[in-house]
Amino acid sequence: MSSPSTNIEPTGPRPHPWLEWDRVVVYAFLTLTALYFLAPLYIVIITSFKDLDHIRDGNIFWPQTAYPDGVHFYDPWRRAWWEVCTGLECHGISPNFWNSVKVTVPSVIVSVAVALTTGYALSNWPFKMSEAFFTVLIVGSFVPYQVMLYPMVLLTKNMGIYSTLTAVIFVHTVFGLPFLTLLFRNYFASLPVELFKAARVDGAGFWRILIQIFVPMSLPILTVAVILQVTGIWNDFLFGVVFAGLPNYPMTVKLNNIFTSSFGVKEYNVEMAATILTGAVPLLIYFLSGRYFVRGIAAGAVKG
Amino acid sequence: MATAQSTKTHSVSIRGLAQSYGSLQVLKQLDLDIPDGEFLVLLGPSGCGKSTLLNCIAGLLEPTHGQVFIKGKNVTWEEPSKRGIGMVFQSYALYPQMTAERNLSFGLRVAGMAKDEIEKRVKRASEILQIEPLLARKPMQLSGGQRQRVAIGRALVRDVDVFLFDEPLSNLDAKLRAELRVEIKRLHQRLGNTMIYVTHDQIEAMTLADRIAVMKAGAIQQLDTPLTIYSKPRNRYVAGFIGSPSMNFIKAKVAGTVKVPTVEVAGQKVDISEYAFVDGAVVGRDVEFGARPEHIRILRAKDATAKGIIAATVELIEPMGSDSLVWLELGDQKLSARVESSEHYKSGEKVGIQFRIDQASLFDLQSGERI
Repeated sequence: MSSPSTNIEPTGPRPHPWLEWDRVVVYAFLTLTALYFLAPLYIVIITSFKDLDHIRDGNIFWPQTAYPDGVHFYDPWRRAWWEVCTGLECHGISPNFWNSVKVTVPSVIVSVAVALTTGYALSNWPFKMSEAFFTVLIVGSFVPYQVMLYPMVLLTKNMGIYSTLTAVIFVHTVFGLPFLTLLFRNYFASLPVELFKAARVDGAGFWRILIQIFVPMSLPILTVAVILQVTGIWNDFLFGVVFAGLPNYPMTVKLNNIFTSSFGVKEYNVEMAATILTGAVPLLIYFLSGRYFVRGIAAGAVKG
Repeated sequence: MATAQSTKTHSVSIRGLAQSYGSLQVLKQLDLDIPDGEFLVLLGPSGCGKSTLLNCIAGLLEPTHGQVFIKGKNVTWEEPSKRGIGMVFQSYALYPQMTAERNLSFGLRVAGMAKDEIEKRVKRASEILQIEPLLARKPMQLSGGQRQRVAIGRALVRDVDVFLFDEPLSNLDAKLRAELRVEIKRLHQRLGNTMIYVTHDQIEAMTLADRIAVMKAGAIQQLDTPLTIYSKPRNRYVAGFIGSPSMNFIKAKVAGTVKVPTVEVAGQKVDISEYAFVDGAVVGRDVEFGARPEHIRILRAKDATAKGIIAATVELIEPMGSDSLVWLELGDQKLSARVESSEHYKSGEKVGIQFRIDQASLFDLQSGERI
């Protein structure tokens, strides 16, 4: 028998091999997944900077480095923004960019503001039937849009706003409300109720509690709501096609028309540029607010 | 109105207050008068209605029935801010985005008070609570004890008649709790306001209260000074709830004569003629005999010959430092007795025990009421 002192006694952290098998699997999976999602984006970006000859003859994975005289790397982008035609109309995608802005900004502001107030009222100022109202909201947020499409067309026609941007704004605001209200109501319900009580003892009323106490505490959930609405409304196609009318098409509808209605040579580079331009806004929003977005999704972690 | 008249002399009066949610009765027809400057503790387990009562007084809950008077004025339909109350919550409930100073002054700013008056009051409150160096900080940058001080300050600046505390120390660790407990008592002595304090902690209740209201199932079981509640609990529930370790209860029957009544404990007769019956002894009644651990004397077996001494066996000893708790076996009963920590007993040792009958309690077995 060997004496205990000659053995190596365990002490401190257990030794780990430098590379562990399960780690290799995890990193391999992550790398493959990242490539899978990034490769299309890469191809779209480099294609948007190529001229048509290069697209035809060159390698799809290889960026173009040299341009013939009079051809610029930004030409497809310029064409996409100002010149590309759908049918007889040749103003590029820029007018539709502004249409999308005109729809998104008011819809987001109105729907978030109304949902914020309603959610707060539902959570902190219960009234008769407020539970029933809440149930209707939950049901409302699960009704598929297609079901409501025809009634909405009739409604906007009767309101005299069909085929205008106002109709699109109206529809987006209305359809955004159930889910947003649910979101805000649940967030406010997760805040400590004693905070609300303390504010009432301090003499604050409905609006003062909302604006001075609750809204400053709601930045994470406000961020989530704004991102959801901006991306949702910006990316919307259906309501744009149905309610906007030809001159008011939002960017997504226009992009589709560029793809489907071009005759002659298919300008892949211009289409890619238009695609990136259309996707730029949601992409930018995610990049700028990603941190807050994650924080808001994981909300409830607001401890006083 | 007769009731309104009698509320004049009191700081807070409750008349027939009831609160129910559907078929669930949280408060049952409650009447309560709190004199000016009294420190009243509402004590009870969770769900006994004590917080509901406090919220009704504060105006944060509308009672199903009944009235609330503050300073003789019927405030049943009044807004919380108009009742002349300040409230301190368990979770502090400080506004997280405001500095301590803004937290203190929020209510005053809402009321539209002049700026220099606000400054004066914030200064005075922060001096009393010694939070002046913390005024520029936000709640996140404060420790639990500091947060609760600021929360007390928020009630203080309002210059109110009545302070309401809703388990203010429950979120703090034991040491801080003891510290802040003393400070709240000091604050009460200094200000002399009426304070209503909800807690489930009997130590807080005993140490702070002028009077304790022990609550259970939406009703007040006993409303008395801490010492009366401790030494003369009105019923079995109050007796068991107050005191740590709990009072010893032994099922027994009153025997002997009316002059010299006895109870039988584990087959041995105990003379209880020293006991102060509420309505005289009732021989033959089934009772529960209650004795607190400090009212049981342990005698060495060789001394245990005198009358009124009964035999028991030591089961185990829990040393507490200041004293020790000896667990005794008496037939199939288990009793705890408090002894000085210098006294040593061995487990299995045969001893004699003697009850202090004048300090004991007898409860009717059926009703649980003190007899």
